[in-house]
Amino acid sequence: MTDTAAERDLPSTAACARPTAGGVALFSVIAVIGLLLLFAPFVFSDVRSTQVAARICVFVVLAASYDLLIGYTGIVSFAHTMFFGMGAYGAAMGLKFGGADWGHLLLGSVGGVLAAAVLAVLIGLLSLRVKALFFAMVTLAAGSVMMVLASQLTSLTGGEDGLVYSTPRLFKPAMKLVTNADGEAARLFGVPLDGRLALYYFVFIVCLVVFVLLARIVRSPLGTVLEAIRENELRAEAIGYRVVAYRTAVFVIAAVAAAVAGVVWAVWLRYTGPDTTLSFDIMIDILLMVVIGGMGTMYGAIIGVVVMSLAQSYLKDLMSAAAGATSGVPILPHLLDPDRWPLWLGLLFILLVLFFPAGIAGTLMKKGSRS
Amino acid sequence: MRLSDKIAPSFERIGGVYALPVILMIVALPLVGSLSSWVTLTVAGLAMGMMIFLMASGLSLVFGLMNVLNFGHSAFISFGAFIAASVLTGLSAWVGAHSLGFNLLALFAAIGAASLFGLVAGIVFEYLIIRPVAGDHLRQILITMGALIVSEELVRAIWGDNPITVARPAALNGIFVIGGASIEIYRVFAFCLGLAVFVGLYLVLNRTRIGLLIRAGVENREMVEALGFRIERLFVGVFMLGSALAAMGGAMWAGYQGTITGSLGSEMLILITIVVIIGGLGSIEGSLLGALLVGLLGNYVAFLFPKLSLASNMLLMMAVLLWRPWGLKPAVKS
Repeated sequence: MTDTAAERDLPSTAACARPTAGGVALFSVIAVIGLLLLFAPFVFSDVRSTQVAARICVFVVLAASYDLLIGYTGIVSFAHTMFFGMGAYGAAMGLKFGGADWGHLLLGSVGGVLAAAVLAVLIGLLSLRVKALFFAMVTLAAGSVMMVLASQLTSLTGGEDGLVYSTPRLFKPAMKLVTNADGEAARLFGVPLDGRLALYYFVFIVCLVVFVLLARIVRSPLGTVLEAIRENELRAEAIGYRVVAYRTAVFVIAAVAAAVAGVVWAVWLRYTGPDTTLSFDIMIDILLMVVIGGMGTMYGAIIGVVVMSLAQSYLKDLMSAAAGATSGVPILPHLLDPDRWPLWLGLLFILLVLFFPAGIAGTLMKKGSRS
Repeated sequence: MRLSDKIAPSFERIGGVYALPVILMIVALPLVGSLSSWVTLTVAGLAMGMMIFLMASGLSLVFGLMNVLNFGHSAFISFGAFIAASVLTGLSAWVGAHSLGFNLLALFAAIGAASLFGLVAGIVFEYLIIRPVAGDHLRQILITMGALIVSEELVRAIWGDNPITVARPAALNGIFVIGGASIEIYRVFAFCLGLAVFVGLYLVLNRTRIGLLIRAGVENREMVEALGFRIERLFVGVFMLGSALAAMGGAMWAGYQGTITGSLGSEMLILITIVVIIGGLGSIEGSLLGALLVGLLGNYVAFLFPKLSLASNMLLMMAVLLWRPWGLKPAVKS
């Protein structure tokens, strides 16, 4: 009973380095997504689209850091939202109880990120020695307890209602970055240069930096060791790598990245509650994003997040139309109800795991090399 | 000589880890203070523990035999609970009748329907979900998670988003009083049913040829296969049994709770996961131990420190893992 799972379908970094036809297509799609995100406030004028863009930025970091665990190291954790939530609650408490200034934001964020790192070390050392399945169960339990704590410690976390707070002055909509002659916020291509813009670029830049760091880590010697551990734990141990230490290190890195994403998310939303950070639904979302995008590709995270985000907004519309069209049939309208969209996503997920375990990015990259 | 070394022999003499639930009960008595509340809490804890055992034992056995961790296991709990609720609603004439016979008949019909569903759905689930990804842990975890999402949504699609009230048979609804301690009849019934299932499982596993093969399969699967036994078939059987037990546990839980919602499955998943971790994977004795400890501690803590009640399971799990990283009574040591 070894843990050498048959994960040979997952592409290695070496395969990523070789450009294939599918790979070129993939990277052009990613480049388009990147450009769209970079110019999101200018391309999409309405508030809702900017909201979607910011959500995509944050979840790309979350999914990429989760991919570092599941795809590169073969660790299945269900506690990723726990670290996300710790970062978010750290920032939220700093802003709520300290004050809406940079000092308290920094204090709260660093506190939250550090707490996440310490907890990750503890969980890692305690349970990464044992089997992958066991670790999955332990993290599942730990995540649920954090959720319960957040909703029970009302005085600290606001309970189920969460925390509402204001952000530093720079991010307020009324803030003018550049004023024109009339004393109003100057416009660039018709977009006012106000606090909203500053906030979006704060989210974008922090997420970009973290993502680049994560992408750098998997290309480093550390990333190669992680893949060695994923492919054959015993052999990696025999060569002289201390598997537990490496696993714990990667678990901590992923936890810190998730916590940073949480901080950014908390600042963007100006609200932190169990539903926006800790809920098991978000954990499932991250899992789906990584698997749909492609495990062990890092860029797959971007594809997965975009596909999921688009599906979440448009699948519902499609389903309500379908439910209306089939209203005469007995059970079908219930299954096509917009609230039932996780059902179809779950089915898609099962089919992907069965037939395309490499996900969209992984399958695309293999495509060119085969033909 | 360290203190733990001194305690260890006498701890083993009084029954080792099997004595833990008893020790917990004894420790709780002075803390609770009054004997009658202690009796009520203990009965509630034992009943809850037995129901959790029903749900968790299948998960543990399936893991032990096939090295498959089925996160979709709690889907059977959820379906079992809702099917039982529907059957009880359908037989409302029997449920409401003032006759113990009809009451029990309705309850057994509900439990039977749930278990039958578990048996049948178990085959389908094993064939569609578990078999294609055999031997690949990562994909196993992912696909069973996907199956859990799908089945939860199916439950919501069939029975709706709103909580459902479960009719409890009239004869099992009351309480009786012994020496000032009030005891719910349903809890006694749940305890007896769970105990009967445990004894049955224990006898099958330890006294029959099939049980011998199952235990041998848990110990060393390749060797059993090399001796010419078709362990695949055995596994399908164990999987069906585990699913049926989960559905039965779900049915009992539905009656215990009174109202059930669509998120029942994922709520119970956490609980049975903790129980299986505490007990150790692969053994029904471990599952029983873990379930009883969780049930008892949950009830005592809810009475003594209501604020802590939701975190008590996690604290228990952490304490056990620090002491025995493989759980209290694991069957698989690898």
